[in-house]
Amino acid sequence: MIWVDTIVQGILLGGLYALFAAGLSLVFGIMRLVNLAHGDLIVMGAYLILVFVSFTGLSPFIAAAIAMPLMFALGYGLQKVMLNRVLGDDILPPLLVTFGLSVVLQNAMLEGFSADSQRLPTGALSTASVELGSINVGVLPLLTFGSAVLVIVVLNQIFYRTELGRAFRATSDDATTASLMGIKPANIFAMATGIALIIVTIAALYLGMRANFDPNIGPARLIYAFEAVIIGGLGSLWGTLLGGIIIGVAQTVGAAINPEWQILAGHVALLIVLLIRPRGLFPRAVD
Amino acid sequence: MSHATDHAVPYAVHTGTSASRIAGIAALILIVVLVALPAFASRSLIQDMFFILTMLVLAQFWNLLAGYGGLVSIGQQAFVGIGAYAMFGVVILAGLDPVPAILLGGVVAVLLAIPTAFFAFRLQGAYFAIGTWVIAEVVRLLTSQWKAVGGGTGTSLPRDATRDLWMTETIETVFGVRNAAARDILSYWLAVILAVATIGGIYWLLRTKRGLALAAVRDNIEAAKSVGVDAVRMKWTVFLVAAFGTGLTGALIYLQKARISPDAAFSVTDWTAFVLFIVVIGGIGTIEGPIIGVIVFFLLQSLLADYGTWYLMVLGVIGIIIMLFAPKGLWGLISSRTGIELFPVRRRLTGGALHTSQQET
Repeated sequence: MIWVDTIVQGILLGGLYALFAAGLSLVFGIMRLVNLAHGDLIVMGAYLILVFVSFTGLSPFIAAAIAMPLMFALGYGLQKVMLNRVLGDDILPPLLVTFGLSVVLQNAMLEGFSADSQRLPTGALSTASVELGSINVGVLPLLTFGSAVLVIVVLNQIFYRTELGRAFRATSDDATTASLMGIKPANIFAMATGIALIIVTIAALYLGMRANFDPNIGPARLIYAFEAVIIGGLGSLWGTLLGGIIIGVAQTVGAAINPEWQILAGHVALLIVLLIRPRGLFPRAVD
Repeated sequence: MSHATDHAVPYAVHTGTSASRIAGIAALILIVVLVALPAFASRSLIQDMFFILTMLVLAQFWNLLAGYGGLVSIGQQAFVGIGAYAMFGVVILAGLDPVPAILLGGVVAVLLAIPTAFFAFRLQGAYFAIGTWVIAEVVRLLTSQWKAVGGGTGTSLPRDATRDLWMTETIETVFGVRNAAARDILSYWLAVILAVATIGGIYWLLRTKRGLALAAVRDNIEAAKSVGVDAVRMKWTVFLVAAFGTGLTGALIYLQKARISPDAAFSVTDWTAFVLFIVVIGGIGTIEGPIIGVIVFFLLQSLLADYGTWYLMVLGVIGIIIMLFAPKGLWGLISSRTGIELFPVRRRLTGGALHTSQQET
């Protein structure tokens, strides 16, 4: 029974990793850009929520709702001012610029918030649990998982049901032709990064409520997100959720065997998937 | 009117320029000065020079990978760490002298690079970058479990190994210094040899047929393949060579430090972020770039070292600005204005039947 419990916890943890990864997956799918500062942006989101919570005493959920438009604007601006300049066939400039951004963000947060670890206040929520059959499941992990599914459903709806989604898909397929049809790729890319940072804010909310965070944990979140995206297959959002679940289960099972193996087990899961399915579990037809 | 039968001027392929010949002479003088430096320099200057030279070597190898091979790795700390740990391992467990053990560090790094490449080459572009990072993390986590070399907290080189280090006794008597200073001088000389061999070796490689193939793969992989360049083999060669050099450097750095821990030896900031900024600021894809970059990096560090996090922020911002507005780096700016190339690799055709249209001015 302990194993069933471990695996259920792993699946729910996977929801958090899918939230980390969804923004990365979205941006990669539309403009083939990998933002190496993604993890640091998640941590920054958590600090932003923390600042609102400690100044106003609001619930973290409301603080996150306030943070969302700000993070959207940040993403939009970042893409417009900086990242659009480095898109292109050469993969080096976007990598180096976002890596530089990651270093800047990390150290700016160290300077502003110190290296002390912080946590978002959750009240009774962090200990609340429900009984599912014979096992107890925390409400917060369930909420995280539910949010991950909701985010992916909403993103898929945007992608396939709205004008914006049509523009996303058109620009992703062929930016030049899309621009002949009156779409401005620069604005579309900025919208995509803006939306990615809204998802980042949701990820930051659960990150901050579930565990301690400090300015240095961003790169590790980026790595988990990346692993979920690769395992799922580039550009597939449901694949990303499954990838997150695989990493989550690998980590909890690894930790159950030996606490020191938790992170290692997640990495090993990625290497095994790369070995047997180099393009991930649900690769897109063309890439 | 062309004279197809006119063979009066035989054609020739040149790579040298007058600037490169002057640079060659200057380099020889510089090497002599560098070797003689411990005779009149203070210990702290020797330590600074050691830092500059080892960072330069790491930067040259990263530049070979990313600038010439198109392989943007952010997992080079795996090879620094494994090289250093291999050296510590054989010194502690087998009682080998640390100096020859440095070579073993390079060999072990290559052994790690083979499975790393096997996995990472399945990933493209940015995903290759993060893939190498994941593998470096795996190696760091595994090394933390290796209890014989101190596990997660690390360990020091045994006292008798550092005291009886190869050649240090001679250095102690010749320069009249204590053991620790003699170890610094020895490490420094090894760093000079490594730096000269690295720059010379990379320059040689780029001027051979293989270097031409490498540049072709970097510029257009499909076109290169179509003229018979084995792109996959070039990637493997570059990756393994860079791993060897990075592993050697890692072992040498930790011989001088004499104390190691997994978090320091596999630090992404120290061994990859700094190196990457050195190459980008100096100018990626040139041999001159990392040399300029390491000097700028050292000056910035000396100026801003007391400000800790601000220093890293400034470095990051400079890196971003250079990448956005001068992607060829400082050397690119200098070279495009003056046309100077200190390490020219471009082949120029002079003489021959068509020499009037090919001749340089």
